[in-house]
Amino acid sequence: MAVEIEALGGAAEAIKVEKKSIVHADTVFKSVIGFFALLVIILLVWLGLQLYASSRLAFSTIGIWAFIKGTTWDPVSGVFGALPFIYGTLVTSFLSLLIATPLGVGTAIFLAELSPKWLRRFLQPLVELLAGIPSVIYGLWGIFVLSPLMAMTVEPFLMDTFGFLPFFKGYPLGIGILTASIILAIMVVPFIISVSTEVLSTVPVSLKEGMYALGATRWETLKKISLPFAKSGIFGSVILALARALGETMAVTMVIGNTPQISKSLLDPGYSMAAVLANEFTEATTASYLSALIAIAFILLLITLTVNAVARWLIWRTTRTK
Amino acid sequence: MTLSPDVSTGIITQNLKAYFGKVEVLKGIDISIPKFEVTAFIGPSGCGKTTFLRTLNRMHELARNATITGKVLVDGTDIYAPSVDPVLVRRKIGMVFQKPNPFPTMSVYDNVVAGLKLTGRHSRKELEEVVERTLMQAALWDEVKDSLRKSGASLSGGQQQRLCIARTLAVDPEVILMDEPASALDPISTAKIEELIFQLKDRYTIAIVTHNMQQAARVSDHTAFFYLGELIEFTNTRDMFTKPKKKQTEDYITGRFG
Repeated sequence: MAVEIEALGGAAEAIKVEKKSIVHADTVFKSVIGFFALLVIILLVWLGLQLYASSRLAFSTIGIWAFIKGTTWDPVSGVFGALPFIYGTLVTSFLSLLIATPLGVGTAIFLAELSPKWLRRFLQPLVELLAGIPSVIYGLWGIFVLSPLMAMTVEPFLMDTFGFLPFFKGYPLGIGILTASIILAIMVVPFIISVSTEVLSTVPVSLKEGMYALGATRWETLKKISLPFAKSGIFGSVILALARALGETMAVTMVIGNTPQISKSLLDPGYSMAAVLANEFTEATTASYLSALIAIAFILLLITLTVNAVARWLIWRTTRTK
Repeated sequence: MTLSPDVSTGIITQNLKAYFGKVEVLKGIDISIPKFEVTAFIGPSGCGKTTFLRTLNRMHELARNATITGKVLVDGTDIYAPSVDPVLVRRKIGMVFQKPNPFPTMSVYDNVVAGLKLTGRHSRKELEEVVERTLMQAALWDEVKDSLRKSGASLSGGQQQRLCIARTLAVDPEVILMDEPASALDPISTAKIEELIFQLKDRYTIAIVTHNMQQAARVSDHTAFFYLGELIEFTNTRDMFTKPKKKQTEDYITGRFG
């Protein structure tokens, strides 16, 4: 009897010990994983602080607003104004959205609402694949295929037809703001398609059926039910695309023309924030030059972070209600 | 043979078969649904009663790979004839669903007039009249008249279902199909819906699918019993529940299966 009890007590103790070590392992696991997660935040904050610290020289000597509003970029004489780059980035990004949004949302509507299942299963991975193509390949295609096409056909046509508008005056160079915008549009359209398709697929069938049962056509159901329901998610996908367009470097650098000027004409060459960083960081020999470049990087970081945050929030707002 | 109680008919189906892909879920239904009365469809899950209801206003074909053969005659016109626009069929034959589905992006007011707005221009006064009339018909007016601008999704489940009924009435249909309209509701809301059905049959032909046999007995004039995609028995509700002719019907209503 006594032996039995002893044995039982021993077993209980063994269980206790085992439990303790499991709890211990859990804590270790949690803290390691937690540290990894924290690392991401630390990295971001550190990056931001570092950029800010390195750009302080430019901001303090030129002044933040003078730097942002300055239109001359002349490193040789030490004059640094960021506006041509900010202008180039914003104009190419918004123009690319103007092209990509109808294309992307239209495709998403087709995939989510109209296409047969097999076609959607075939097309959706293809769209995701497009999003994964390295941007330098888009850039190369831009230089050798798109740019000649723009110079020979599209731009002369635009000048002939809409030449009375200031946006289409100039020379058909094939490289410039418009070509960069088109390349960007092609690059961001997969983001709009894939997120919008996802969001449109979350529209409850019961709501669509409710509308059909009232005698609505497909188009009316789309307009009155699906689109209002998915509205902010679709908007979010567009903003996500905007964030991507703002930061896109390689392809834009290859076709934008790399000229720091602000021209009304979309046919003229321009410059973007990302492009000037990629092109000039090796030449930045003086401290003020380097600081001015880093200041541009800092502004770009702020813009993309803000845009990304807004996009996430919008997508979260639509998808949380299920 | 078309099963028909001896009254004027609203909807007649002839050898109606429905499919999902290659699966036949309705195996040739011949039935004649009387006008201005309530007809209940009962039967165990998967017997085809909901599918049958959805063939009557061409909702069935909205599902993937869903097809039918046979005829559905509404006032003598085959609603599956090539010249018939399914959109117009659904306007004439309204539907209330199992789960209340008010449009969450619209207010109570906009929910009611959603279907009406599809049919062309209406003056504001007209719309307001319709909203008040149909919400009264749906016994919801007193509860929502001060909150017409609130989201339709903010109402309680029972109110939402009555809102969906008002929305269906607003397009002025001739037939109202109800797919277990009270199965997601509490007893008090259920009683309200049943009372509503009783009042609506003066002006509308009503077909209701229900899982609840007491409900069928309470609200309907005629009852059809479906089993495994076939119409087993169709007769006056009283007869169905007191002296069913078929063994399967008796087994089902006495709770021996299903």
